[in-house]
Amino acid sequence: MSIAISLPPVRVRTFRVGNVGFWIGVAICSVVVLAAVVGNALVPHDPFAQNLNNRLVPPFWMEGSQPDHLLGTDQLGRDYLARLVYGARISLLIGITTMIVSGLIGTTLGILGGYFGGIVDDVVLFLITCRLSIPVVLVALAVVGLLGSSLTLVICTLGLLLWDRFAVVARSTTMQVRSLDYMNAAMCAGASTPRLLFREILPNIASHLAVVATLEIALAILFEATLSFLGLGVPAPLPSWGLMIAEGKDYMFFSSWVIMIPGVTLFIFVMGVNFVGDGLRSLLGAERPR
Amino acid sequence: MNSPAAIEVRDVRQEFRVSGGMFAAARHVVAVDGVSFSVPAGRVLGIVGESGCGKSTLARLILGLLAPTSGDALVYGQRLAALDRKARARLIQPVFQDPFSSLNPRQTIQEIVSLPLVAQGSFEAPEITRLTNEILDRVGIARAMATRLPAELSGGQRQRVAIARALIIKPKVVVCDEPTSALDVSVQAQILNLLAELRREFNLTYIFISHNLAVIEHVASTVAVMYLGRIVEMNETDVLFRSPRHPYTRALLDSVLTPEPDLGIPDVGLGDAVPDPSRIPAGCRFHPRCRMAVERCQREPPKPDLAAPDEMVECHLANQDNPFQLVGGQYAQG
Repeated sequence: MSIAISLPPVRVRTFRVGNVGFWIGVAICSVVVLAAVVGNALVPHDPFAQNLNNRLVPPFWMEGSQPDHLLGTDQLGRDYLARLVYGARISLLIGITTMIVSGLIGTTLGILGGYFGGIVDDVVLFLITCRLSIPVVLVALAVVGLLGSSLTLVICTLGLLLWDRFAVVARSTTMQVRSLDYMNAAMCAGASTPRLLFREILPNIASHLAVVATLEIALAILFEATLSFLGLGVPAPLPSWGLMIAEGKDYMFFSSWVIMIPGVTLFIFVMGVNFVGDGLRSLLGAERPR
Repeated sequence: MNSPAAIEVRDVRQEFRVSGGMFAAARHVVAVDGVSFSVPAGRVLGIVGESGCGKSTLARLILGLLAPTSGDALVYGQRLAALDRKARARLIQPVFQDPFSSLNPRQTIQEIVSLPLVAQGSFEAPEITRLTNEILDRVGIARAMATRLPAELSGGQRQRVAIARALIIKPKVVVCDEPTSALDVSVQAQILNLLAELRREFNLTYIFISHNLAVIEHVASTVAVMYLGRIVEMNETDVLFRSPRHPYTRALLDSVLTPEPDLGIPDVGLGDAVPDPSRIPAGCRFHPRCRMAVERCQREPPKPDLAAPDEMVECHLANQDNPFQLVGGQYAQG
């Protein structure tokens, strides 16, 4: 007599389509972060050192390239690889600090509105509506035009303008969590309001905020590039990617690599950050029970 | 009554304003409309009623999660609305329906269970650990699980954790809002027995809300039947189940499915209409669905007929020489 035993197939976690994108994004972001942190120690050139006798040297895959300058030089003879790597530092700095500033503002407003409801929520909704009706680039232009451009100013301006997604997501997720029974149980347990906000709500909406945070970094970097391209971002000697594109635009017909290299880098990096964000969303979404 | 009631609810009423949009007038929904009862210490009041009758709202009112539009709830003579959150937590605790949403998924079992003690702010860490271990032992959760997350536990274990959290602070009254309806049938009995043991052990008073009549019959000493925000009949459990006086109670009891396949699904004659708490009928609120309704029921809301403190029915016909009787599961005018 034989007994047939059928067991359900063991589920092995394999690379799913969503995961592949996530890991590609992680790889791209790690390369950029690594470049920003240690890149300038590896590249033998100073990103600010000019050499007017050696201007617009093409990159390694074109004729007339110099082995010394892998990505060539720009219109002032500065090493393009050194500037690109230094630009990664500027772009990351802007992306991450802007995300932190806007994250603090948006999350605070969103949680307060979602938790307290009523008049507080009306005020928060009004602020979000106001913010959404402000054209970011115009305001940034006006601020920079009035106060002059500096890295700090760009970060502050973007941080104060880009909190809307944080607020919307924090508010709606807080409202969801607030109606769940573990919030009711914690209230019945006599928990104080700060405890409810920081121990019950915040950990449960953190995964959603993490997704917004990655997308916000990408958005801030793009905005910085826009502002720099318009000549209103980081001031000139600093090599931000947007500024490199702006500086190269006069030469793009004869030396197209000067805008291609920072442009493609920017595109790939922002895409990588978005991949990470999307991947986080599906990973964290799948992790939740039910 | 000579012994003070463990919990007394006096004429509570809860209205919700339902916004009709920016330009439409807001509507008022009366979810709980003048409910009063009192439960002596150590007893179990079962509250039954169909979905939307206001039983969960009543639970939230009693727990202080909602401020009633009017009325009071008192535990051992203390008005809950007048107490701060810590004092209230020491008197009354909840056990909710769905153990999947009543435990914070980001906290360990230890953190979840100890929350009422931590929130008090007057307990030392070693004592909190000791009491947490004690109560986890008592509800049958192994100590090794204390560091786990709720996602690693089964539904029954989660409900045990929820019970441990409610009882760790030794409350006087526990409000159980359908504590077994989200559980597997095999686990329901365990949880009900655990609740019954703990009630004797800690001398607790329960308010036990359910739509499952079998569960109510098993656990409750007194049963209150709610319909559209009011208690329409309240009596000792065995009396109510043996001789229901309100036609709605009869319909509820008739609606219980039997294992006899030939009998099919009972038709209790309530019609298909679902009662709408924003449009409560004039007169007796049950008359549009009542088989026995007479002309008077449409005009005049019945007064509660208090035969004894724990015995109440709201029906014009309940005392008129027994005008209807239950005959073989069907009503007959007598």
